[in-house]
Amino acid sequence: MIMLPDKNGYFGQFGGRFVPETLMSAIFELEDFYKKAKIDKSFKKELNYYLKNYAGRPTPLYFAERLSKKLGLKVYLKREDLCHTGSHKINNALGQALLAKRIGKNRIIAETGAGQHGVATATVCALFGIKCVVYMGSEDIKRQALNVFRMKMLGAEVVPVNSGSKTLKDAINEALRDWVTNIKTTHYIIGSCVGPHPYPMIVRDFQSVIGKEAKRQILEVEKHLPDYLLACVGGGSNSIGLFYPFYKHKSVKFIGVEAGGLGLFSGKHSASLERGKTGILHGTKSIILQNKDGQISQTHSISAGLDYPGVGPEHSFYKQTGRAEYVSVTDNEALNGFKLLSETEGIIPALESSHAIAYLPRLSKKAKNKVVIVCLSGRGDKDLDIVFSNMHK
Amino acid sequence: MTRIENLLKKLKKQNKKALSIFLTAGYPNIKTTEKLIGRIEKYVDLIELGVPFSDPIADGPTIQYSSQEALKKNINISNIFSIVKNIRKTTKVPIVIMGYLNPIYNFGLKKFFSEAKKTGVDGIIIPDLSYEESRQIRDLSKISKIAYIPLVALTTGKERAIRIAKSSTGFVYVTAVTGVTGARNKISGELIPFLKKLRTKTTKSLLVGFGISNSGHIENLRKYCDGFIVGSAIIDLIRRKKSVEKFVKRLSFNTEK
Repeated sequence: MIMLPDKNGYFGQFGGRFVPETLMSAIFELEDFYKKAKIDKSFKKELNYYLKNYAGRPTPLYFAERLSKKLGLKVYLKREDLCHTGSHKINNALGQALLAKRIGKNRIIAETGAGQHGVATATVCALFGIKCVVYMGSEDIKRQALNVFRMKMLGAEVVPVNSGSKTLKDAINEALRDWVTNIKTTHYIIGSCVGPHPYPMIVRDFQSVIGKEAKRQILEVEKHLPDYLLACVGGGSNSIGLFYPFYKHKSVKFIGVEAGGLGLFSGKHSASLERGKTGILHGTKSIILQNKDGQISQTHSISAGLDYPGVGPEHSFYKQTGRAEYVSVTDNEALNGFKLLSETEGIIPALESSHAIAYLPRLSKKAKNKVVIVCLSGRGDKDLDIVFSNMHK
Repeated sequence: MTRIENLLKKLKKQNKKALSIFLTAGYPNIKTTEKLIGRIEKYVDLIELGVPFSDPIADGPTIQYSSQEALKKNINISNIFSIVKNIRKTTKVPIVIMGYLNPIYNFGLKKFFSEAKKTGVDGIIIPDLSYEESRQIRDLSKISKIAYIPLVALTTGKERAIRIAKSSTGFVYVTAVTGVTGARNKISGELIPFLKKLRTKTTKSLLVGFGISNSGHIENLRKYCDGFIVGSAIIDLIRRKKSVEKFVKRLSFNTEK
């Protein structure tokens, strides 16, 4: 396995630590504890115990037969939607909560877009008896009401964020401000592979359970590695979790699907890697959507979880080095993906994952009968209202 | 020695504390910023001009608001250099630019420093630039003789604080609270012991900011530092259309005791 990031948190020229000085002590502390935990057998054992018995891992690698036949591809779905709380977010939340316990922090904060990370964090806080505060853009609170209710049921405090675009980006700003203020008692569970070093590395490592399992599972059924890995990219945690364990295997092609929103030329999308440029946001240097003055752009996506102007630094590195290809699908295509999987396989995907599904018909044109693993990062219950209202427009 | 270091040395000899005032550049508009500087310059030792940013993670609601308002008017770094150029025609007060890294990075680091030098900027503060990431900017500030002003927080460990202080070529910006910017009634009890300890470790000037908003704060802290930075309290006054001049005059009287 490659040893990235380097000791300063860089993946090539992306990454690093760009935060107010107040946070630096906590960032070093987290890095120290993580380094120790990573090689500590008892930590691994504890995490594996909860992943297996609480989150429900390993998740199945399911051969989507009807979908495959329809598209002329061999599609396997990595079923993160079957994890406890309904998405891959629980993998990282469990890992980080166990770390927070080791550090001795008794309060956890998190930000959330679609609510999946908020729900996962609220869940692990209930599990371990830790106080939990979740920041969520007021726009997202409106469109993801069910998840807000879930977090509250789990005992978390949900704080609406009214600044900026009132979505994920602003929820992260507010969580960072809380963290600056309550640094001594509080651990911030960042939900994606973004933020200052060591976060992108920690989140990737905790999510790489997805790719490790998928590799084992595909070798078992197909006796060879897949041709393609396909996953949606907002900040990029489910995709990096799937990709990373295959990094060395150059025959396996990676495709990340970003949110094209109303189209790449509409100005209303979240396709950072296709339309962004290098900059610094939320503590890390990466490719971000910004205007000519370096002000961060407002983004749009039908799926709140992808509605973010940046992307994890490791994805920027994959893009720059050509290790992964990044494409985008529009809101409408995502809705088609949502219907396609529901109708062919009886699986209702999250709108985030629907972006990955929606790219399959395009991929099938150039990859006939190839083996594709799609990360089905979450289930779609939370999105039924949005899909309903869009279908009746 | 930079102009700012010379100034602080002079003030120290006169047993005066430095007073630095923060204004969000272009809030509520460019004209007001320029006029205000003209009116308050005789009472202050340094003026900080904030570059508005869409995602100011170190700032509380007051500065966030003023930044958003300035951004509605499309204020950018070029506008801010024009402000500096204009006021430089009449004023000698050292001017410090305070801005988050992304707009500066986007402007081009080399270009930023050469323009800053040309227009008469004296110092630079970047609240989201950690010591670990600061080398290139420190080098550029050295070449252009623009003071590099790093931040030290109450959570900064001893060794690290010394290292950061050493890297300064203007003064050390000590954040008075564990938190974001914003006027506060109470200042952390940890601040005085922290300043005392820092004083024994460095000869660099220590200016205290974040939360400093009245004469009482200055009174309590004057023994332990070399000056004060007031920001949100000023923005509040501008927002409420109250006299900034009167307020600054009173603070300035206080720093001269």
